[in-house]
Amino acid sequence: MQDSDRIFTNLHGFHDWRLAGACARGVWSNTRDLIALGRGRIIAEVRDSGLRGRGGAGFSTGMKWGFMPQLGERPHYLVINADEGEPGTCKDRDIMRFDPHRLLEGALCASFAVGAHVCYIYVRGEFVNEAKALQAAIDEAVEARLLGPNACGSGWDLDVYVHRGAGAYICGEESALIESLEGKKGQPRNKPPFPANIGLYACPTIVNNVETIAVVPEILRRGHAWFAGIGREKNTGTKIFCISGHVNAPCNVEDAMGVPLKELIEKHAGGVRGGWDHLLAVIPGGSSTPVLPREICDTVRMDFDSLRAVQSGLGTAGVIVMDKSTDIIAAIARLSAFYKHESCGQCTPCREGTGWLMRVMGRMVAGRAELREIDMLLDVTKEIEGHTICALGEAAAWPVQGLIRHFRPVLEERILQYRKRAA
Amino acid sequence: MQSSATPVKQPKEFAFTPENAEKAKRIIACYPKGRERSAVMPLLDLAQRQHDNWLPIAAMDHVADMLSVPRVKVYEVASFYTMYNRAPVGRHHVQVCTNISCCLSGSDGIVQACREKLGINPGETTKDGAFTLSEVECLGACVNAPMAQIDDDYYEDLSPESMGRVLDALANGQKPMPGSQIGRQGSAKKGATG
Repeated sequence: MQDSDRIFTNLHGFHDWRLAGACARGVWSNTRDLIALGRGRIIAEVRDSGLRGRGGAGFSTGMKWGFMPQLGERPHYLVINADEGEPGTCKDRDIMRFDPHRLLEGALCASFAVGAHVCYIYVRGEFVNEAKALQAAIDEAVEARLLGPNACGSGWDLDVYVHRGAGAYICGEESALIESLEGKKGQPRNKPPFPANIGLYACPTIVNNVETIAVVPEILRRGHAWFAGIGREKNTGTKIFCISGHVNAPCNVEDAMGVPLKELIEKHAGGVRGGWDHLLAVIPGGSSTPVLPREICDTVRMDFDSLRAVQSGLGTAGVIVMDKSTDIIAAIARLSAFYKHESCGQCTPCREGTGWLMRVMGRMVAGRAELREIDMLLDVTKEIEGHTICALGEAAAWPVQGLIRHFRPVLEERILQYRKRAA
Repeated sequence: MQSSATPVKQPKEFAFTPENAEKAKRIIACYPKGRERSAVMPLLDLAQRQHDNWLPIAAMDHVADMLSVPRVKVYEVASFYTMYNRAPVGRHHVQVCTNISCCLSGSDGIVQACREKLGINPGETTKDGAFTLSEVECLGACVNAPMAQIDDDYYEDLSPESMGRVLDALANGQKPMPGSQIGRQGSAKKGATG
């Protein structure tokens, strides 16, 4: 990727994040003209750019916007999902604290496109300082008439509000987020109806991730062909990757979709601790995506379809690197404990299943299990997966499935060792 | 309702201070007419901040009555989300992330450093009421692991030693500088200057 293709030019906060600094970087430069493209053209540009949602699911953003009904009696809402909580992911935080105006400009373009006069940004509760930065940016934008009545002189009125969560991973799921925003427990809703039809306050609502919204103005400014020309077919544009764990220089970095995982780690994160040969495995897209062993990491590319082809996923692009010192069973067991903690308790397979997974994984770490229980563990993940209202069931199941798929011998060895010691 | 697993001495009454009552009005105005219930979470947060960082039942009732929401619905919210403390906590709440990225980067050592320095286990409060220690799930600062949230601030790129220094400073009434404890700018790689 060329440096000039970067969208997030203040990702690390080396420059001024306030309005003057943002304008100097080109944010808010011709927003009025972007709005003047008109609703249909904006949605078409976003669709043709190939932009896929950056919150994990990777659904076409333009297509999602197209599901919104015509403006009628009911107000429309844009809700921006800033409830960043997928372990391994910390990109939206940087956008909010270091480039909030880019997000707000995107909020205006997107709100206009989906017919919303009110936009809520749901920020995870722990991000107190990030929410403050965002609010300060909103205040600046309102003061400068970039937001509010006749925003940017576009003729469109838009109010943007920050709503802080209070510590619940599940609220990152869009319908749980809507429930939470309505002042309730964050328990996901059955779909259909989808939020585009019955969303916030039973009104048409689009929920998009922070990064998704923040790239929209640049797509409109530079044209869909520019964005579609970066990355690979159906996996276009740039993406923020969060590289954590056993690398020499963990960091967030923006690169092209489809960048080889090895290049990403070696070029940007200083390589694997102890060298590439010391790599054990990588969780490529946040905690819920299945772990990949070294052989796959050698060649796999970082995009939705390439990772799906190896039975994992791009998710939120939270790349968690584990070297050979890692107890892979313990690492995945830690995630099982996380999903148990975060299950909202609504669906029985998830509520009971996540606890079961956690307890059995705990025994697997010690090896205090029977060999046949490995298959039983796999079976239970399949009983959870696909049998719940939301994707937390899958999120809990996939890490364990990835472990069994690629590290079954390690599980077996642990059990045999335990037996030997016990005998 | 019982507020938490351990019985807590509950104050009989709670009301927003005049200043916070004003703030509450402004918060409620962020939501459409008839949708005031949306303000439950921000108002509970406001109440908790007013009340030494924990939420007594009287505060939940106050918020419920203010928004004309059945009290039980507010109890549901207060018990669903982890950030509402339904029992008293220390003046500083030290929350160490122990999820995967932090765990791979040494969060066990950070928790241990806190244990030794404070003389308490996770879930406990020091006798003088200065510190509560908690182990928490991912706080979303994974490339700056290991990290801990203390009150509203993130302390990142911690080592057992720097964690100890942060706690010492807080114990002495100082406010240690939040963010990376090894001088990194945000999530940029170590040594990057722009």
